[in-house]
Amino acid sequence: MQREPLSVEAVAHVARLARLELSKERIDAYRTQLAGVLEHVAKVNAIAVDGVEPMAYPFETSNRLAEDEIAPPMPLDDLLMNAPATEGRFLAVPRVLAEGD
Amino acid sequence: MIDFAPPSADAPDATSIRDAIRSRSTSAEAIVAAHLRRIESANPVLNAYHEVFREEALERARQIDERLEHGGDPGLLAGVPVAIKDNIATRLGRTTCSSKMLEHYRSPFDATVVERLHAAGAIVIGKTNLDEFAMGSSTEHCAWGPVRNPWDPERVPGGSSGGSAAAVTADLAAIALGSDTGGSIRQPAALCGCVGVKPTYGRVSRFGLVAFGSSLDQIGPFTRSVRDAALVLTAITGIDPRDSTSADHPAEDFTRGLDEPPAKLRIGLPSAYMSDANDPEVNRVITDAIERFRSAGAEIVPVDLPLTDIGVSTYYVIAPAEACSNLARFDGIRYGHRAAMRPGDELIDLYARSRAEGFGDEVQRRIMLGTYVLSSGYYDAYYNRALRVRRLIKREFDEAFARCDVIIGPTSPTPAFRVGERSDPLSMYLCDVYTVNANIAGICGMSMPAGFAERNGRPLPVGLQLQAPAFEEHRMLRVARLFEVLREAVSA
Repeated sequence: MQREPLSVEAVAHVARLARLELSKERIDAYRTQLAGVLEHVAKVNAIAVDGVEPMAYPFETSNRLAEDEIAPPMPLDDLLMNAPATEGRFLAVPRVLAEGD
Repeated sequence: MIDFAPPSADAPDATSIRDAIRSRSTSAEAIVAAHLRRIESANPVLNAYHEVFREEALERARQIDERLEHGGDPGLLAGVPVAIKDNIATRLGRTTCSSKMLEHYRSPFDATVVERLHAAGAIVIGKTNLDEFAMGSSTEHCAWGPVRNPWDPERVPGGSSGGSAAAVTADLAAIALGSDTGGSIRQPAALCGCVGVKPTYGRVSRFGLVAFGSSLDQIGPFTRSVRDAALVLTAITGIDPRDSTSADHPAEDFTRGLDEPPAKLRIGLPSAYMSDANDPEVNRVITDAIERFRSAGAEIVPVDLPLTDIGVSTYYVIAPAEACSNLARFDGIRYGHRAAMRPGDELIDLYARSRAEGFGDEVQRRIMLGTYVLSSGYYDAYYNRALRVRRLIKREFDEAFARCDVIIGPTSPTPAFRVGERSDPLSMYLCDVYTVNANIAGICGMSMPAGFAERNGRPLPVGLQLQAPAFEEHRMLRVARLFEVLREAVSA
């Protein structure tokens, strides 16, 4: 049985959190599609997990410390070659503060 | 119907190519040139590559030949043409992840695996198509159009490493690298009919792999034979200081002792794997494979993996959660697609529009899903819960492997399906039912050709999956080699 579609508000809220600008059509499509997938993934709730620790990685991991050695940095041209916009040695970004802020 | 000759069984594997180049019975340049000619004729149909490094590959081949001429050691994979999935960084060409978001992205460095292949004398011949950011099971979700299956171009090659699988199968590369987050090497290897290995988590450095699900992703090879898979793994495994999750485990020569099958072989067969929901021809081919092992003296041990089905649900919580976090870096500021700013826009509007314009449909769907399961009020019900089920799935494998050496079963419940056939996301996600659990548990797994199903008079490959405990690649490959010998004996 298909779960009830998500509300327009719920999908729009998640889109805002996800930093995705969605059209009205996309929001409508996701209401049903996401509800269907969530219905399926909710099966994890049917499994008894009392006393089971969450496992984020397949193996226990710990910090691996490296020697604090000075190495040449990546050349500036390499760092900037993929920037959508540059000004001289700098990454150009849209103005976020108005004059006088 | 698209007219296309089926793949040739006579195409030499990478080991033979390497040996022929070393013995000077051919040259690296001639090998690369022959691959380039085949790419030219087949790629317009298959769309396996989206970028080919013609001049650079020929130049590098000439360098290998020259080194050989002067008596130098050209390396383990000398002169072997290799294709790289385009979510693995190469200084040469672009690294696009088959996404408009990274259409013009050029990596300032090579991934560790690419450095290691170079050091072994391999020749990177091009970058292969994939489902955008490795999200998919069909390689239909690419910014540059779908990849086609070499056995029937009306069908998908599987995904997300479909370009790499198709390239090796159609002899457009001797070996290829892919990445496997939930089955993205094994499932396309099965649907195309080549060998595909997902190594143990941490066994191969992920440095330079564009992250999708960081706790699940693993780079691995596509090859034409089991010995080639052993050869490539020998070249690329080992600890990497640049990847803090790479395992501190000694490198091995996986080719050594490959032809010696493990003594008293116990093969685990989970009842859940031979489901009635599988295509009947898939079950027939896998049953036949099991019988061959039995005739060769292996003991078939029934094992229980009752959480098999729940793996897909667990995976589709964990993977999108990690994906939405990993893809947060694509905001149009430092690199990638940036939308035009409109009057009155806030910075957040610029991020949101850049991401909506740059990411394709499936990627956005998974970002939405991941954001939902991590959002306030749902984190415990979905994400935290899935991580606990993950531990149970790992325990289940541990218990099964206490009773057997390897676990066997189908790689995919069906042979290759038609392009456009599965438009519902959920039906696509269920393609991964037999592969996701190896990623969840971090163990190694592989797919190899087991036989054929038939559709409309055309043969379609069926893949046999072998899974082994973490860091037991050598054991898994020896069992795979045994099966290869058993199959060759029948067809001889």
